[in-house]
Amino acid sequence: MSGFMEKSNRRKYFLEKLSGKLFLICAFISVISLALIISFVFFKGFRPFVAEGYNFIQFLLGYDWVPGEGHFGVFPMIVTSLYATIGALIIGVPIGLFTAVFLAEIAPKPIVKILSPAVQLLAGIPSVLFGVFGLAVIVPFLQNYLGLAKGQSLIAVIIVLAIMMLPTIVTVSETAIRSVPQSYREGSLALGVSEMRTIFKVVIPAAKSGIMAAIVLGMGRAIGETMAVILVAGNSLMIPTSLTDSVRPLTTNIALEMGYAAGIHQEMLFATGIVLFSFILILNFILAKISAKGGQ
Amino acid sequence: MKTAVQLPKNNSFQPQNNKNAKISVHNFNLFYGEKQALFDISLDINEKEITALIGPSGCGKSTFLRSINRMNDLIDNVKVSGEIFIDNENIYRSNDVIKLRTKVGMVFQKPNLFPMSIYDNVAYGPRMHGIKNKKVLNHIVEESLRGAAIWDEVKDRLKSSALGLSGGQQQRVCIARAIAMKPEVILMDEPTSALDPISTLKVEELLSQMKENYTIVIVTHNMQQAARVSDRTAFFLNGEVIEYDTTDTIFSVPKDKRTEEYITGRFG
Ligand SMILES: Nc1ncnc2c1ncn2[C@@H]1O[C@H](COP(=O)(O)OP(=O)(O)OP(=O)(O)O)[C@@H](O)[C@H]1O
Ligand SMILES: [Mg+2]
Repeated sequence: MSGFMEKSNRRKYFLEKLSGKLFLICAFISVISLALIISFVFFKGFRPFVAEGYNFIQFLLGYDWVPGEGHFGVFPMIVTSLYATIGALIIGVPIGLFTAVFLAEIAPKPIVKILSPAVQLLAGIPSVLFGVFGLAVIVPFLQNYLGLAKGQSLIAVIIVLAIMMLPTIVTVSETAIRSVPQSYREGSLALGVSEMRTIFKVVIPAAKSGIMAAIVLGMGRAIGETMAVILVAGNSLMIPTSLTDSVRPLTTNIALEMGYAAGIHQEMLFATGIVLFSFILILNFILAKISAKGGQ
Repeated sequence: MKTAVQLPKNNSFQPQNNKNAKISVHNFNLFYGEKQALFDISLDINEKEITALIGPSGCGKSTFLRSINRMNDLIDNVKVSGEIFIDNENIYRSNDVIKLRTKVGMVFQKPNLFPMSIYDNVAYGPRMHGIKNKKVLNHIVEESLRGAAIWDEVKDRLKSSALGLSGGQQQRVCIARAIAMKPEVILMDEPTSALDPISTLKVEELLSQMKENYTIVIVTHNMQQAARVSDRTAFFLNGEVIEYDTTDTIFSVPKDKRTEEYITGRFG
């Protein structure tokens, strides 16, 4: 009897150790692949500046991107990426936030049951479909109603990105609003404050850090989006001076040219990737700061 | 105390049995969906007195208390019948819950201050009702905090977060927040159950002072507390009021056997 117990215990112990190892290996694989990707991009992207004498500042602030002549300046693309992201936020944040408030606080249950999954489904739609929608609906609309020669423009990018960031903003801020303790609402309502004012003066401020996180996540989605943007951006290389200009953000520059680029040109595309990566890193840093603050 | 009078269906009802009645409840029933939680409650609550609601868990004390400021409206599928009059006005007839809740303040079981400064918490109600003048607000905040016997403890840290206070201090700031609206009635649902004995004592002292200006209805599980602070006590059981009388009577010569059992059981 005791021998049997010992045997089964030993087996349990062995399984315990084995599964511990298994987790370790899995963690190792994810970390290694991440490290590989990053070091590959950085190695390729920095080589022209380290080994070929290109100036990184000129790369960041240069206006011209003419690979054939050795001109590699991504400033217009940086500006475009920023404009597109900020523009999408200006449209997407209020709509997303109000939708979240509606779903979490106001809508009757049957409506929430339909609308909430619908918004989540929106997050799962492949991004190319958003691009197709933009190309088939938004671009012609802009051409016909704003009289643009070419509907592919900064404003088209902004609209598509705003739609694409909605699910993120809605679901994350809805969760944040729902997790505000009911006692806060009751405290405010019991003072004779209306439900709407309670939402705006107590509930939303209490959900602030979650809502900020939602916005930052939405920004990340917008700045990194490639496929949908290619279809509606127009891809002209210039600093946009109006919403109706044809533009090329950082992501599409990489996607458009990587297929045929070689040598320095290819490495400069990796360098473009580094710039993009830095933006995402900064956003993640901000996100981490927000969540740390929210946890207090 | 029960009235057998058939009520006219309008707002001009005058309570006939008690001139001091601030709140007058008549044949009040409340249902959560299919489940009835309050059965035919009738009682008068006197002005500037403390009325205690006692009874075992789940007997409907909170439900009744929340009926007085219509906080039950927030719960889906709640149905009521019967009447509750405050100053002879049927509160379920009018749809102005904002006015009602301005007149009837509430303090909850757990302190529920907002994540704002102490000052902003107390000033919240008046601000939401349109008071913007800084001097006026300052005055209201100080007066309310004094009224809740917490001014001296917080006067140097009005701008710091209210959530940094101890539980007992928070509860008194909650009382200040309610007072800031200058209500006439204050409802309290087990306001000391989350507090230590010393804080409890402070809140109890405060209640006795507040009685001069407010009509107070308090739910408590603490028999000694009910006996110490209240003028009248209602004993609830399974959604019914079994006995309602002066606190002295309830605690010395209860008429109903169940009241006696409950009270002595608790003291036991
Ligand atoms: N939101 C609700 N939905 C359905 N039933 C409820 C709800 N709130 C309370 N009840 C039920 O109504 C009855 C009375 O509850 P209530 O909270 O008023 O009791 P209580 O006397 O305050 O109890 P306690 O002393 O534990 O606070 C209980 O049976 C409870 O289960
Ligand atoms: Mg209760």
